[in-house]
Amino acid sequence: MLIFTLRRLNLFFFTMLVLTLLTFSLSFFFPGEQIVNLTGQIDATPEQVALIALDYNKHESIIWQYWSYLLHIFNGDLGISMTSKIPIMEEVLSHLPATIELTTVALLIAMITGIPIGFLAAVRHRKKTDNIILTVSMIGYSIPIFWLALLAILVFSIQLAWLPSAGQISLIYEIKQITGILFIDILLSDNPYKWQAFQNASIHILLPACVVALAPATVFVRLARSSMLAVLESHYIKAAMAKGLTTQQIIFRHAIKNAMVNVIRDVGLQFANLVTLAMVTEVIFNWPGIGNWLIQSIYQRDFTAIQGGLLALSSFIFIVHIFTDLIYAALNPIARGIKYGS
Amino acid sequence: MTLTSAGQLGFQAFIALLSVLLWGCDSYKVDSLSEKSLIYCSEGSPEIFNPQLVTSGVTVDATSKQLYNQLIAFDANTNEVIPSIAKSWHVTQDNKKITFYLRKNVAFHHTRYFKPTRFLNADDVLFSFNRILDPTQIFHDVSGGKYPFFDSVAFADVIDSIERINDYTIRFNLKRADSSFLANLATDFSVILSREYAELLIRSNKLEDIDTLPIGTGPFKFKEYRTGSYIRYEPHTAYWEGQSHLQQLIFDITPSNTGRLTKLLAGECDVIGYPIAHQEITKNPQLTLEDVTAFNIGYLGFNTTKPPFNDKRVRRAVAHAIDKQAILDTVYLGDSKAESANSILPPSSWAYAKDTQSVEHSPEKAKELLQQAGISKKFTIDLWAMPVQRAYNPNALTMAKLIQADLQKIGITVNIVSYNWQEFLRRLALGEHQAVLLGWSADHPDPDNFFTPLLSCGSAETGNNRTFWCNQKFERLLAAALNITDLAQRKALYREAQKIAAEELPLFPIAHSKRFQARKKSVQGDILHPFGGISFGRVEKQ
Repeated sequence: MLIFTLRRLNLFFFTMLVLTLLTFSLSFFFPGEQIVNLTGQIDATPEQVALIALDYNKHESIIWQYWSYLLHIFNGDLGISMTSKIPIMEEVLSHLPATIELTTVALLIAMITGIPIGFLAAVRHRKKTDNIILTVSMIGYSIPIFWLALLAILVFSIQLAWLPSAGQISLIYEIKQITGILFIDILLSDNPYKWQAFQNASIHILLPACVVALAPATVFVRLARSSMLAVLESHYIKAAMAKGLTTQQIIFRHAIKNAMVNVIRDVGLQFANLVTLAMVTEVIFNWPGIGNWLIQSIYQRDFTAIQGGLLALSSFIFIVHIFTDLIYAALNPIARGIKYGS
Repeated sequence: MTLTSAGQLGFQAFIALLSVLLWGCDSYKVDSLSEKSLIYCSEGSPEIFNPQLVTSGVTVDATSKQLYNQLIAFDANTNEVIPSIAKSWHVTQDNKKITFYLRKNVAFHHTRYFKPTRFLNADDVLFSFNRILDPTQIFHDVSGGKYPFFDSVAFADVIDSIERINDYTIRFNLKRADSSFLANLATDFSVILSREYAELLIRSNKLEDIDTLPIGTGPFKFKEYRTGSYIRYEPHTAYWEGQSHLQQLIFDITPSNTGRLTKLLAGECDVIGYPIAHQEITKNPQLTLEDVTAFNIGYLGFNTTKPPFNDKRVRRAVAHAIDKQAILDTVYLGDSKAESANSILPPSSWAYAKDTQSVEHSPEKAKELLQQAGISKKFTIDLWAMPVQRAYNPNALTMAKLIQADLQKIGITVNIVSYNWQEFLRRLALGEHQAVLLGWSADHPDPDNFFTPLLSCGSAETGNNRTFWCNQKFERLLAAALNITDLAQRKALYREAQKIAAEELPLFPIAHSKRFQARKKSVQGDILHPFGGISFGRVEKQ
């Protein structure tokens, strides 16, 4: 397990190195002064620019420049936003939790719906139910997310007026930001309307989370289905059948647990996909997450924010991957034998 | 108990539990909170919280009637000047001395950043106007030090002095008679600030706070603002006209037109500004669409100092070539939303001249005029189209394209130019353009508010008059009209002025538009006004 962990950390280290190299080089490729792109100090006087250049070792070789860039990152200094003048780190920390919240809820919805349906399809293998489930999941997987999001707004917000179309919570509730995760902040707040705020936040998250969840849910359906099929064909299931256990007993006692192991592993792999889907959804639902913020930054040519946002978002996805890998390895001893990250 | 009844009981218990979970144990509170909170979805972020410093509609909407009061105000129905902070006033025979008697017990906002110790008095009025007039006053240069509305009406040139007679009496001594003076004081820009708050800010050396953390006497007080997201207001409990029925007033900043519409339909906004898809709103039984004929004008302005538009024949030729009806139908979406303009004054103004000749659509006449002007070969002009949406011109780019097609027919190639709004205005003031699509919303019903800012020589100097047209005869008429109070005489002078403007055509009037607003039926009370910003002071939810 130790070697496995070390290998993963090693992989993390080098990937991060490549990532920082990429963001560092981006500052040269963007139009304008490199040092300004890197720090976001667009209103600085020539003297201030000279000071910043000194701070970033601009007069030294490129290697040193890169090194001082890394040092700044390690100190949590990603520069300031060219448009809002707020430190990028602060922006990231205030927007990332909303994305985490959305993706987590979406992941939960995808798992709760996708996995049981997949198991059901496997149990009813090659029957009508199986075919219907496969067809529906194929359609669900193929729908472009932006279209689905707009459709969902049209039906559930505009036509039926059941669910809100934008934002994280109604503005009538004032919730102080403590952790950034809105649901936790609501529970921590001393607002007398806490409970209503909680409900309001719940109905706000429902539509975007379901939209984000659809594609991963269909993936889970197919994963759960094939994993369950594999388990059902294994020898110990056959042995259990031979012992005369009922189908229910076999499935609930033996099959589900073993089939789950394989599914869990792919949950982590789905995460990058989920964040990408969330970015598009955030824009359409005006969700105050990091994806929405990053896309706005691209619109506004906020180069510092683009670099910082990319770095933060990709390292976040990477960290989640490594965590799921570690959890999987902890659960499944066989996996520890696989030395290289996937 | 039978098995079924036990099952039923369980089911009922389950439903009860579910409803408790869904609606909470104190559901009466949620009703009261959303019933007493009003969300207005606005189209943009205010630049600052003091309307003295800007003329932008977004800022005036968000601040003036919510946070502040003026000495006097306009009656929304009759357009007459009515008392506000001043309970009465007296104008001398020569129209040069105006004395205001202030109301007592007018309280300023009590907030986390300022706790007033006294009621409003003459010092506050003096302070508020001195900020604009007196360059030596410490706050004069704070937040840019520009007072565009007051500059445009030459406020400083009119006032000789402001005298504090006693705590509740203040007198304005004018250098010359100005019959639009009272109207200027009643606009959304002439707000009264707190001198006590200013003194506190001097002591704590945070002068800018006067414009960003506002203190006024209006029906609401400032609570929180996040640029691009929202503004949060609380009711001013000690408001002199009586506390608002709302517990919260929130401006939800939603720049996208479709976004605002969606939020209204989904019930997330109670009121939205500048709605689109009017049919969608009118057919929804829970919503109402309101409109008010705004005092505004959308026009095509010619830079009269630059060729080819320094020749009035070319200006007239262009006007003849433009198919105004097509513009009204396309850009303003039909007659219901705007009326064709003949003069810069809207027909509802008392000074409107009914007999103003309109320029008919006739490409032949246009060609003829061009020939007369000695222009035979084809030429290119730059037409500047404003990049933002305004009631007086909802889509300048489309309008520019229509004009481009019209002018092509008489051999003029149009090159459409646009910059971002700040840059656009800056370059316009420098006179870099040849022709521009722009407009004007009046701040008060006095006709002078159209003539002086748009076409006077004085505002040509400041760059506010985008045509840079300066006609001495026209100028004399405007000055004479300001000097007298007799309505009939003023009317005659303004008619004469409109005749000159129609003859010389420094700008080609296109349309007077309406301002629209959509709201839930549960929201009661007047919000829209024919000029100036919106007001939520008298709004209730049912």
